[in-house]
Amino acid sequence: MAMSQTKRVLTPVENTPTEIAVSARNITKNYGAVEALKDLTLEFPRGQLTSLLGPSGCGKTTLLKIIAGLLKTTSGEVEVNGKAVTGPGPNRAFVFQDFALLPWATVLRNVAFGLELRGVARSEREARAEKYIKDVGLAGFEQSYPHELSGGMRQRVGLARALSVDAQVLLMDEPFSAVDEQTRRKFQEDLLSLVQNENKTFIFVTHSIEEAVYVSDQIAILLPRPSRVSEVIRPSGFRNKGIDNIRRDPEYLDIVDNIWASLRSYVE
Amino acid sequence: MLKRSFLLKLLSGVIIFGAWEIAGRIPVSYAFPTFIDSMIALFRLALDGTLFTAYAETLEPLIVGVAISTVLGIGLGLWIGLSKFFDWLVSPIFIVMQSAPLAALIPLLVMAYGIGLTSKVFVVCIMAMPVIVLNTAGAVRHTPESIMEMCRSFLGSRTDMLLKIIIPAASPLIFAGLRLGVSAGFIGAILAELKITPTGVGDIITFSRSIADYPTMYAAIFSIIALAVLFLNLLEMAEKLLFKGNDLGYVSD
Repeated sequence: MAMSQTKRVLTPVENTPTEIAVSARNITKNYGAVEALKDLTLEFPRGQLTSLLGPSGCGKTTLLKIIAGLLKTTSGEVEVNGKAVTGPGPNRAFVFQDFALLPWATVLRNVAFGLELRGVARSEREARAEKYIKDVGLAGFEQSYPHELSGGMRQRVGLARALSVDAQVLLMDEPFSAVDEQTRRKFQEDLLSLVQNENKTFIFVTHSIEEAVYVSDQIAILLPRPSRVSEVIRPSGFRNKGIDNIRRDPEYLDIVDNIWASLRSYVE
Repeated sequence: MLKRSFLLKLLSGVIIFGAWEIAGRIPVSYAFPTFIDSMIALFRLALDGTLFTAYAETLEPLIVGVAISTVLGIGLGLWIGLSKFFDWLVSPIFIVMQSAPLAALIPLLVMAYGIGLTSKVFVVCIMAMPVIVLNTAGAVRHTPESIMEMCRSFLGSRTDMLLKIIIPAASPLIFAGLRLGVSAGFIGAILAELKITPTGVGDIITFSRSIADYPTMYAAIFSIIALAVLFLNLLEMAEKLLFKGNDLGYVSD
């Protein structure tokens, strides 16, 4: 019933410069009587990084898990490359806030685990995993166990696992919130070059305004009660001025201030 | 490190056996032999072969019972942990079984299954199974949510989820349950021999007590404890071999 309804309102929107990789249409998600998301519509351009930013309880992680196919919507639908999402799929990979590593498996097996679940032969998946372990800067730690690594290194394992399955869409749920400040800055810089070098669509949940403005091509501000997209911001000016200059760019500072002004009243 | 832990084990052995020896020499009771006398009796039992024929009899219901409890117990535990309905249906049986006064139930078992192997296996199973089932079920229910989500999001099937996530994550607690279950099984095996028909090690205990040969009685008790400890150590080695990451702790909690 809900499906046919959304099919009728489906009209392609062409006002964004690039192709749309993921679109969420009229998403409503209820937990019993609680409305987590209400009639939320949002589009994610291909090859760009979109942040979902908002106060806690605004449903940003819920939206991300719906896009991942881990949660079902109450009504509305998500499309990835024009196909409706019915569950987890090979075109999306998830990076978890708490890393979600297997404590009994080595770094190599953890990184290769996504490929293992897809039935890729051992020698091939380990070769691919080794490449991504090197890419995220963990060469030499292949045989280590997660508990032997620092928080930042663990998240690199989580990132390598998501990259190794070569999905077009990377879903990141507050991936840097459990690592220390300096590691987080390094991660943010690495993420920028990742967005530039890999032709992937990134959807990034964060509660940090500075982080969102620093890494995003597009920022969706979500507000709670009822949860909705209140604003979509597309920073344009400072992206090409080099990573060292972003944080003192006037546009960067203005956007950070404006977002805080609009979020302030929602923070208890 | 390894040397130090070995020394500590040796030290605790010396303290316990020393205390036993002193208590036997005082003596705290006429019926309490010294450690040395008990060991001499143990050697005598081993030399004339009585000990080994006795264990051949005792180990049969023990091994059969522990094997059934392990396979059935882990299987049922997994099922209970995975299905709310099955949990509702089956869990109470094991909770009752765990708290039931087994010695009082033995006459019932004998009435139903006679005095042979079946009754003894039952006693071992009643002792060993509940803790294995309940531990396994609890462990399955407490599989960390985020690694289960991870498995789903990377397209793991239900079989993958069970074999690659749930069982490895539950294995430390399953093995903890196995250790408790196996020790309970040893108690059950001896209990069966004392309460149903005096055979095997239970026979040595009963007979030597009736003729007031206390060193032999304690030697038999000591031997069954030693065997249980040996078995538990083997189980621990098996766990380390099967699940290399188990002693590493959880990262995501």
